[in-house]
Amino acid sequence: MAKKIYETPMLDVLEEGPWPSFISGIKKLRDEHPDERIQNVTSSLLGQLEHSYETRKGYWKGGTVSVFGYGGGIIPRFSEVASAFPESKEFHTIRVQPPAGNHYTTAMLRQLGDSWEKWGSGLQTFHGQTGNIMFIGTDTENTQHFFDEINEYGWDLGGAGPCVRTAMSCVGASRCEMSNCNEHGIHRHLVNNFTDDVHRPALPYKFKFKVSGCPNDCQNAIERADMAVIGTWRDEMKVDQEAIKAYMGTKGRQYINDNVITRCPTNALTLNDDDTLTVDNHNCVRCMHCLNVLPKALHPGDDKGVTILIGGKRTLKIGDMMGTVVIPFKKLETEEDYESLVELAEEIIDFWAENGLEHERCGEMIERIGLVNFLEGVDFDLEVDPNMVSNPRQSSYIRMDGWDDEAVKWFERKQEAANA
Amino acid sequence: MSDKPRSPIESGCPDAFQYMHPVMRKNYGAWKYHEHPKPGVLRHVAYSGDEIWTVRVGTQRILDIFSLRKICDIGDEFADGYIHFTIRSNVEYMVSDASKVEPLIKAITDAGFIVGGTQNSVAMMSHTQGWLHCDIPGTDASGVVKSMMDELIDEFRNADMPNRVHITTSCCQINCGGQGDIAINIQHTKPPKINHDLVSNVCERPTVVARCPVAAIRPAMVNGKPTLEVDEKKCICCGACFPPCPPMQINDAEHSKLAVWVGGNHSNARSKPTFQKLVAAGIPNNPPRWPEATAIVKQILKAYKADAKDWERMNDWIERIGWPRFFEKTGLPFTKYHIDNWRGARNSLNASTHIRF
Ligand code: HEM
Ligand code: SF4
Ligand code: SF4
Ligand code: SF4
Ligand code: SF4
Repeated sequence: MAKKIYETPMLDVLEEGPWPSFISGIKKLRDEHPDERIQNVTSSLLGQLEHSYETRKGYWKGGTVSVFGYGGGIIPRFSEVASAFPESKEFHTIRVQPPAGNHYTTAMLRQLGDSWEKWGSGLQTFHGQTGNIMFIGTDTENTQHFFDEINEYGWDLGGAGPCVRTAMSCVGASRCEMSNCNEHGIHRHLVNNFTDDVHRPALPYKFKFKVSGCPNDCQNAIERADMAVIGTWRDEMKVDQEAIKAYMGTKGRQYINDNVITRCPTNALTLNDDDTLTVDNHNCVRCMHCLNVLPKALHPGDDKGVTILIGGKRTLKIGDMMGTVVIPFKKLETEEDYESLVELAEEIIDFWAENGLEHERCGEMIERIGLVNFLEGVDFDLEVDPNMVSNPRQSSYIRMDGWDDEAVKWFERKQEAANA
Repeated sequence: MSDKPRSPIESGCPDAFQYMHPVMRKNYGAWKYHEHPKPGVLRHVAYSGDEIWTVRVGTQRILDIFSLRKICDIGDEFADGYIHFTIRSNVEYMVSDASKVEPLIKAITDAGFIVGGTQNSVAMMSHTQGWLHCDIPGTDASGVVKSMMDELIDEFRNADMPNRVHITTSCCQINCGGQGDIAINIQHTKPPKINHDLVSNVCERPTVVARCPVAAIRPAMVNGKPTLEVDEKKCICCGACFPPCPPMQINDAEHSKLAVWVGGNHSNARSKPTFQKLVAAGIPNNPPRWPEATAIVKQILKAYKADAKDWERMNDWIERIGWPRFFEKTGLPFTKYHIDNWRGARNSLNASTHIRF
């Protein structure tokens, strides 16, 4: 049977202009793909999309689809206008976890593309906003076939629903001089410890890990992850004075003054009369600005580690939240360091699973119960630290009969640190 | 076919090293510095003396298999068979030899893809699923991005903004697109229309009641059937009730509008990370090209480019010049809706005599 071609006057407009057009791509599948199934599905998809453009409404509804053994990872899509556009009446999206840092060989991309061509629509995205490879559009039966095929050669589903979600890490150590940690290693240690929680949604709500190698936070971890792991260093920044002089030569003194020295948020930089740079490392907050402007001259120090922030999320339901510091600095060198990071994640998720309300993100729970109850409740040595606050308490409405004991603890901890 | 279903191999996130360019693998954690020889191109130098040249490429993101193969063909012919994707869905080709860069750029451009998106450019807009494959969108995502990138292609290619500009789009207030220097998000302006015949079949009523951020939903009986009703005076039209209860139709061809937010910045550079703030609303959701939204984005970009200092991100710039000047320079109206009334809102008010004249 000849395939039905729908008129798409509005979508056709999106074939014009210099930016690559996704509509041209879908049309090419419709018009030139050798497989009639793909031609029909994409033709029908274009029909439905045009209908959306004309009526300004979406026509997909959710449902329940999963692969054998898993509870999540598939985003079911059933058409509400299937009678008009029958060939794409089931159009599920399959979320597949990418390799840490999104590295691929062309051979592997081809193999994945071939599998999706065999079982799906031939449309894919690298990557969704949570980080998954999104294979867009197939029916319930082929969902299982596609998963079986790619799972055999090393690919697994991501999370969907109230579960641990697919994690993300920046390009970091693989190509960035700002990196302070093994981002890809942290990413895999964390998320692969929770494969059961990724595949079988049973938590209060979603939980995301994101890893950035430095405070530039290219991964948006603080804003978007329930647990953000951000590389940093605590010794002195490395300064290559020769390179500073070279920058002075090419950029000029005023440029360095206006763009580096005066832009340091804590006034930690001094440009000396002899054209050398001095850094007040004790007051540098590792904001990265000067390193970003002078990448040849300035580098993170050698005593590297990570800062851990918990509770980032967007609006729903009580408003946006950034993750906030729960561990100002943690070394990540030995196998034990990594084990303790994973243990921290486990304890946080356990505590939240027990104390979070239904549909309550970890950050919202902390907002409800207070950071101190969280720190004390999580079965991990989370000690209060002034780095956790922008400022101390402002409200006097607080009962403080444990003050003396707490003050003693602080001095004991200081003493321990000094002895270590 | 066998009757016994196959059990999954729970392998999780794959190891990246098997897919990583060999020069990046070899110099993992040992990079020394980078340069930006020209827009779209980065040169990273390792302590070992090795170097790697990266060419960044914008695509349509929703890739048909033909385009994916074309991207792979270029990678095979010019870039050692490796590809890296940025978090904004750009393709990156890496080569270890400077002389390969220009032929690579030519092949990319000939194939219809766009080189750019590095450093102080308008980066590839991050986009969500939209009408193409989400179940709750008020607008499309891919079409909005295509339309805007057509207009912002020079800013993507030229890297001549004060600092990088991240633009995001979101087709519902859940905001999968996330924070951006400029964010274009759907904003509903009328309460949901309830299909009472369907509620009792489709919705778990207590869940839906609990979902509302302002407690505007209550159980009700209509025509003898259990359903839900909305206190329309209280309702803030957020759409949070719609995903768990599709009969509470929030999307509306006329009254679902677009709003523009600015100053979201994930980086800790200079100031702490910031959330985006509302600057414009009531923008028609106007497919297939959304010209009104694009015009506002361009207006904001123009003011930012003209007035911001080098290295100032959108939020840094506004912090320096102040919000009154932002509205003055962009020509956007300031209304009562710009004044926050959500929890913590008092922190956003000016408790000082710092006034800009
Ligand atoms: C019916 C419901 C929903 C659907 C179909 C949906 C779908 C999606 C999809 C496909 C993505 C990109 C995923 C990927 O990379 O694999 C995404 C990301 C995201 N979703 Fe949803 N979503 C839904 C509900 C929600 C809700 C209720 C929230 C929030 C409270 C939410 C917040 C987000 C956020 C913040 C992201 C971006 C996350 C990141 O960058 O980490 N979504 N969503
Ligand atoms: S977060 Fe830091 S280490 Fe990671 S890619 Fe960005 S600048 Fe590099
Ligand atoms: S990293 Fe930031 S805080 Fe530290 S010296 Fe440089 S500009 Fe100042
Ligand atoms: S922003 Fe909303 S409508 Fe758009 S893809 Fe995300 S959940 Fe769907
Ligand atoms: S749209 Fe939002 S405020 Fe209005 S009833 Fe639904 S959940 Fe409540």
